[in-house]
Amino acid sequence: MTTKTASLYDWVDERLGLSELAAFARHKTVPVHAQSFWYYWGGISLFLFLVQCFTGVLLLVYYRPGAEAYESVRQITFVMHFGWLIRSAHAWTANLFIFAILVHMFSVFFMKAYRKPREFGWLSGMALLGIASVFGFSGYLLPMDELSYFATKVGLEIPAAIPWIGPAIANMLRGGPEVGEFTVQRFFALHVVVLPALFLPLLGFHLWLVQRHGNAAPPSVEALPPAERKSIPFMPNFLRKDLAMWLISLNVLALLASVFPWTLGHQADSLVPAPAGIHPEWYFMSPFEMLKLLGNVLPGESGEIAGILLFTLGIGLWVFIPFFDIKKESGQRGRAAHYFGLLAVFALLATTVIGYWTIR
Amino acid sequence: MSDQIVLGEPIDLSQSTHLKLIAEDPGEVTTRRFFLASAGAAGLLYTAALAYPIYRYLASPEEMALSATAVTEVTLKDAEKLPLGSVLMFKFGTAPAMLIHHADGRWVSLTAVCTHLGCTVQYEPQADRIHCACHGGVYNPYTGANVSGPPPKPLKLFKVAVNEAGVEVSRA
Repeated sequence: MTTKTASLYDWVDERLGLSELAAFARHKTVPVHAQSFWYYWGGISLFLFLVQCFTGVLLLVYYRPGAEAYESVRQITFVMHFGWLIRSAHAWTANLFIFAILVHMFSVFFMKAYRKPREFGWLSGMALLGIASVFGFSGYLLPMDELSYFATKVGLEIPAAIPWIGPAIANMLRGGPEVGEFTVQRFFALHVVVLPALFLPLLGFHLWLVQRHGNAAPPSVEALPPAERKSIPFMPNFLRKDLAMWLISLNVLALLASVFPWTLGHQADSLVPAPAGIHPEWYFMSPFEMLKLLGNVLPGESGEIAGILLFTLGIGLWVFIPFFDIKKESGQRGRAAHYFGLLAVFALLATTVIGYWTIR
Repeated sequence: MSDQIVLGEPIDLSQSTHLKLIAEDPGEVTTRRFFLASAGAAGLLYTAALAYPIYRYLASPEEMALSATAVTEVTLKDAEKLPLGSVLMFKFGTAPAMLIHHADGRWVSLTAVCTHLGCTVQYEPQADRIHCACHGGVYNPYTGANVSGPPPKPLKLFKVAVNEAGVEVSRA
């Protein structure tokens, strides 16, 4: 550094405390073990979120909510140069984003990284996943083509099934009794203003907690004496690998978005019957199929209510797992939670497969 | 990294004493430089591959407007019925323009964009002038000449041809 840049650095450092940050970054380490690969998935999710912000703003340049929604998406896809690519990238990233979050969540679950002192990390992560799925649901309607119309119609039947207050909630979300231009307008407000305003501070909190507690090692590694635990410095070793993963994600995304461009269906029309083989996106397939299977056993309203109760129970157990599966003094692994996790993975995969198998 | 990737002339180590001072293995230095150069080039390629579609995407309306400004002639249907002492505002390509039917029966067509800061100007028949409300610029309604106020240049005149089908306005 020349003296000029050194004195500029000192000037800024005195006011912002850069050297404290630099010292913190120098001391940060990441554990190395057989499961280290899973550490990248939080970073991949973060990268995909940034891609969503970026491509989302680009779509915002031409998108018009309300009555003109379909026409504006048609214009983006077929008239504006590379508009198809940007829309395709946004849609593909949405799917990859949910996928990366799910991988991240299950790896955290099986590494038992939600245990003390990381309970808030788990809880904020679950909230972020919840918001991400509302992002997905609200964004899906915005093009207002046939598929998005029916997906929203069907999706809003789930809150509508809640006893007593359900219909009022569904009407509030829908902006009236039917999915239409008012629905697009309020889903748009939700998608680009309300959800980001909730997501960003929560994401900041989530990332701050990771800095505070560091990466959790799985119980098998934690059981080792300190001398046998391996780690690498975050700066630059892990960061370099992290960025390499981002680059790989970008390449995968670029390939998917350009080779399999996202399609745009016909304009939504409530008088045209739902197209054959219509089905939910893969990340909603499992709950959809579970409700369908339950409906076969318990037909009618009792099935709907039982389904909502069962979901609430399952999700509640999952979200509050840090308080059930606490660290044992004896260093035991907590098998019940482990089997619960395996059961959840099995149920999700099985119902998803059945769902796709039975598309008519 | 292997030291097989060596650019330039092979260096005879036995005769080069300077290089030994810089690094033990000159091949390593060249390899490192080669690696950095290719990483930089790849980075540039990535940036270009991302920036180009985004630029074209954002520039789309500009390109559409360009094809619209390529217009050299506009036919205004039924404009021949325009009463004396009145004006018809229309778009020549993408830019506002005006067709004035003067009280003496003369037809004049001009751009309607003030040459000062781009506001749309107004024809005032009672004052017999073209006025810009933004900063008080005044133009001659027959020639487009800038008469007073801040406008630096006159308004451009178009050629006008009147027939039974309408009024044809074209670039002079």
